[in-house]
Amino acid sequence: MTTSSPGMVHVKTTINGQAHELLVPPYMSLLDTLRELIGLTGTKEGCLDGNCGACTVSVDGRIVDSCLVLGAEVDGKDVDTVEGMASADGLHPLQQAFLEEAALQCGICTPGFLVAAKGLLDNEPSPSEGRIRHWLAGNLCRCTGYDKIIRAVQKASS
Amino acid sequence: MHPFAYVAPGTVDEAVAVLDKHGDRARPLAGGTDLLVKARANAWELDAVVDIKNIPELMTLTVGNDGLTIGAGVPCYQVYENEEVASDYPCIVDGTAIIGGIQIQSRAGLGGNLCNAAPSADGICPLIVHSAVAHIAGPGGSRDVAVEDFCTGPSQTVLKNGELLVSISMPRPPANFGAAYTRFIPRNEMDIAVAGVGVSVILDSSGQNFVSARIALASVGPTPILASAAGNSLAGKPVNDDTIAAAAALASDASTPITDMRGTIAQRKQLINVLTGRMINQAVERARG
Repeated sequence: MTTSSPGMVHVKTTINGQAHELLVPPYMSLLDTLRELIGLTGTKEGCLDGNCGACTVSVDGRIVDSCLVLGAEVDGKDVDTVEGMASADGLHPLQQAFLEEAALQCGICTPGFLVAAKGLLDNEPSPSEGRIRHWLAGNLCRCTGYDKIIRAVQKASS
Repeated sequence: MHPFAYVAPGTVDEAVAVLDKHGDRARPLAGGTDLLVKARANAWELDAVVDIKNIPELMTLTVGNDGLTIGAGVPCYQVYENEEVASDYPCIVDGTAIIGGIQIQSRAGLGGNLCNAAPSADGICPLIVHSAVAHIAGPGGSRDVAVEDFCTGPSQTVLKNGELLVSISMPRPPANFGAAYTRFIPRNEMDIAVAGVGVSVILDSSGQNFVSARIALASVGPTPILASAAGNSLAGKPVNDDTIAAAAALASDASTPITDMRGTIAQRKQLINVLTGRMINQAVERARG
């Protein structure tokens, strides 16, 4: 049984393909773990209650709101964030499409949209517009009006 | 957030022991989509959260001749992506597929939905109309509670300190059974029900008469409501507009809504009437296959 009281939780996790070993305060969210302990600040804090999706990351291939996950919970899990999307060869097709379609303005929601959209396209390469809109209902954007985001995801799909 | 310890036991007994030790200052952590929001809002001062996701029986979904059993920590997506559940328990899919968005459904499940005991919970009415039973473990042993008796008020349940919801099970639907759930919200997704209705029916072999029915209502009272008089009114009656309208009116009578930011009393009572009619018809359609 893993117990922490009152100290830190020992967590071994893989983040964007790299192994990490951490001591995490037991009440620290995965969002804060990524931003404060690892220094991966691409994942953004928005509402802190699961409505906006700005903090979306992937855990074992499923998208989650990292504000509603404890850092302690990702022991033994694979975490993927926006920082893991681009490769040495260049931007991920979704990132490129977001640029070309001007699918962002202020940009605070963008990492969450990118990770969420990747979670869809990884499993469903050619989703319908309705499916994209439904999948992204957990991500809020206050700037673009969504149409450009949907077009970018469509462009990145095969 | 009040600093708490994180405990991740591997067995029900260990989890119960930790919960029992801390009383109301410990809570089980399943998906965390309600717990961490409430902890952050300082609704509770917790000394410990007990992550139940390393306990195999809380993370198992079994479906077969004995019915459907869903571990208390099984997330929504594992319920609605299960092909047997989708085919034999579509009403359970109706509820789990509309709780939050995709991110929430990766973590949140029916066990947490039940224990959170929101009157608007979309997962509870489908369980009630399937005659589901909650299996509870505690320091004094195990007990079963019918899901319609589980919630005792907003955010209040029958669970005593030290008790843990282990799983929820429901019988395999008999022949000529159909069930459906829907809610009214002013958006397409990611909203809280203004009103919700679940209905299950068993028809006779001709498909033209009700043998029995169960009707459950969400967001129109302090807890999800089993509208027994409405459901019982259909027993032995033919399937037609008059019998369905009469049951819908009784369901509306059984609702005790309040006026708040999401809707008024009059709107909610009307919604229950309309949605009940629609869900009886959909349940009949599914029963007829």
